Amino acid sequence: MSITWDSIKEGDNLPELKKKPGVTQLVKYAAGSGDFNPLHHDYQFPQSKAIGSIIVHGRFKYATIGECVSNWLGHSGRIRKISCQYRGMDFPDKEMTCKGTITRRWEENGEKLAELSVWTENDKGKIMTPGTVIVVF
Amino acid sequence: MAKNFQITEEMKSQIGWTSKPWTYEVSRSSVRAFARGVGYTDLVYFDVNTAKKAGYRDLPAPPTYLGTAIFIPGKSDDNLPRDPETSPKIDHGLKGMLDGSTETEYLEQICAGDTLTCITTLTDMTTKGSIVLGTTLVISTESTFSNQDGKVMAIQRKQIIFY
Repeated sequence: MSITWDSIKEGDNLPELKKKPGVTQLVKYAAGSGDFNPLHHDYQFPQSKAIGSIIVHGRFKYATIGECVSNWLGHSGRIRKISCQYRGMDFPDKEMTCKGTITRRWEENGEKLAELSVWTENDKGKIMTPGTVIVVF
Repeated sequence: MAKNFQITEEMKSQIGWTSKPWTYEVSRSSVRAFARGVGYTDLVYFDVNTAKKAGYRDLPAPPTYLGTAIFIPGKSDDNLPRDPETSPKIDHGLKGMLDGSTETEYLEQICAGDTLTCITTLTDMTTKGSIVLGTTLVISTESTFSNQDGKVMAIQRKQIIFY
């Protein structure tokens, strides 16, 4: 079932998307994105050693925000703009939750638009990757 | 980590630097690989018929995916998905690197079959103090991704932190 611009309102929440990416998932993301920075898979890499662990790709979290919005949208609209800030490090095998809410819904130049606040939280509920998404229906 | 890192005039003069073009390919296999890497279960990103039924001309590139930088041994970076010629060379001496922020603006839907040409401009450079990382260098870039017909499909603005 897909949503429509008429059926959404400001303050509505997006369904949450939970993940617990392990090393294998990060390796799959490395292969899919072409980002083989050893910080995301090699515990012996100097930067990993300095941090004490490998870390989840910031871009994995960014893509997860995209997935959360895509799942909600169900291809009934298109992402016009998607952004996020990387506020902290996430570690493998820890649960992260992507959440979102509709902050604005408006029409402009004949287009039906919605702005969303979307973010990932770590397993302690801390906001790690706050982002903004604009969707056109 | 650098306690007293400073941006020199020479570094600052790099603002406005524009890269040579580099190619990013969006193929069915690369779309599936990215969607699998993120953990999608939506068949639109895996099955061509499902994608077409959903109104796409082929498998759509999942949000935030702008193709895979082609890899040329000896030319491309061994590990990072960017070619050295397309990244600004700033002689800052900092070893650590982290993503700061990313913004992607879509002008058109990118689908499997598209070949994108990316040109990057260094738009800004600043320092930022961090309790954990010391004084960091934050560089801002803007990359334009044009398709095989020269049409701009997406613009990506990002900040990268060096420490």
